[in-house]
Amino acid sequence: MEIIYILLGIILIVVPLMLSVAYLTYAERKIIGYMQVRIGPNRVGPRGWLQPIADAVKLMFKEIIIPTNANTFLFIIAPILVIAPALAAWAVIPFMSGWVLADINAGLLYILAMTSIGVYGIIIAGWASNSKYAFLGALRSAAQIVSYEIAMGFALVGVLMAAGSLNLSQIIQAQNGSIFHWFWLPLLPLFVIYFISGVAETNRSPFDLAEGESEIVAGFHVEYSGMLFAIFFLAEYANMILIAALTSTLFWGGWLSPFQGTFLESTFAWVPGLFWFIIKIALFLLFFLWFRATFPRYRYDQLMRLGWKVFIPITLVWIVVLSVFILVKLPPWFV
Amino acid sequence: MNAITNYIKSLFLWELMKGLSLTGRYLFKSKITVQYPEEKTPLSNRFRGLHALRRYPNGEERCIACKLCEAVCPALAITIESAPRENDGTRRTSRYEIDLLKCIFCGFCEESCPVDSIVESRTFEYHGEQRGDLLMTKEKLLAQGDKVEQELAADRAYDARYR
Repeated sequence: MEIIYILLGIILIVVPLMLSVAYLTYAERKIIGYMQVRIGPNRVGPRGWLQPIADAVKLMFKEIIIPTNANTFLFIIAPILVIAPALAAWAVIPFMSGWVLADINAGLLYILAMTSIGVYGIIIAGWASNSKYAFLGALRSAAQIVSYEIAMGFALVGVLMAAGSLNLSQIIQAQNGSIFHWFWLPLLPLFVIYFISGVAETNRSPFDLAEGESEIVAGFHVEYSGMLFAIFFLAEYANMILIAALTSTLFWGGWLSPFQGTFLESTFAWVPGLFWFIIKIALFLLFFLWFRATFPRYRYDQLMRLGWKVFIPITLVWIVVLSVFILVKLPPWFV
Repeated sequence: MNAITNYIKSLFLWELMKGLSLTGRYLFKSKITVQYPEEKTPLSNRFRGLHALRRYPNGEERCIACKLCEAVCPALAITIESAPRENDGTRRTSRYEIDLLKCIFCGFCEESCPVDSIVESRTFEYHGEQRGDLLMTKEKLLAQGDKVEQELAADRAYDARYR
């Protein structure tokens, strides 16, 4: 019986997630189009709403080409290794009070582990393709993810100190109070660094060196086509949504209402927490797209400099500052 | 001092914020896309599209086979053969072909023509489905001229004062 509930929960998470991935690609094309004074896709269905469906159908019917010199086993298993952690990480995300698939106490550690494992798939994809572009892309991606993982980890240490728990639901509960009780305020530098590292972790512009279409064609997935390519694509977007969800959980109060502690609190009391959570995720996803429409790609040495010489020192300093905050029991967060 | 300001600016992502605000403003600007098959941009009356051979109002073809267009054509796209016409012995083209695959639409043929016979019309939405479809023979050129003669005459009349 228990297992059926778990399976049901997985379906309830994965199906809406895949749908939002599909429509995130549509939103991306529309928003970036609008920022470039174009109108984006508008031919398939009313206002282009069926565009992602058409894309999915196209990808499904395309041939999967396996290069002659590729390592077939690794070539096929690589996209699976990329998407599995991207989906597995969702198990510990609390959508609403009590709505979480696996309410484990080491949730934050689990998240860190899952987001780091994704890089294996990228390295294997680059190596198995037996192509110089794919290999360079994979090398870049590996170095980048390892570097930014550190800054990201330190940012999470800050959250952990502030909340006093690794359980994501308890982290949200620790932010209870009002919009100013949320951790974005005491952890502002960590929040900014976490989000920027998250953009780097998902290999999104301006940190998309692993793809770098102007230099190395498409990076680690040049040799992939059809559904295998689509899986990389799904994983990238699922990771984006995951980072947005984590940012809102850790720094912006997850499912908590933004009107808490104001005179509007009772007016909006009927709105389910899921709604606020989705709004926050959408906001951070908008930032992902906005960055892509605005910034040119980082040069490789600039990328490394930013990760090692800017983010890590700032996070270290802020962890010290934070411990002082906690030591003096700075209200309203650390009473 | 300047270095310190720059350092602080870069630490607080000042320039990145400026970039974001710029693209953010463009998000709400009115869009300039032309929805092509439904909307079209205006064409100049000097537009250089598909070629056409014109006729005089009495139906006589204008071309006198002087071959100036063939001589001036930089892409060597025009082939002309001439012969006296059978019924009245006037000098006419027995073959007049423009290979659209070679043509670069420079408009020199039109400019060189002393009798305004070979012209380039506003038609630009055409295609060939077989080999040879894009080789404009004399018949096709005359047919195109007959089809859009009114437009051609109007465009030439409008442009006459600048020539």
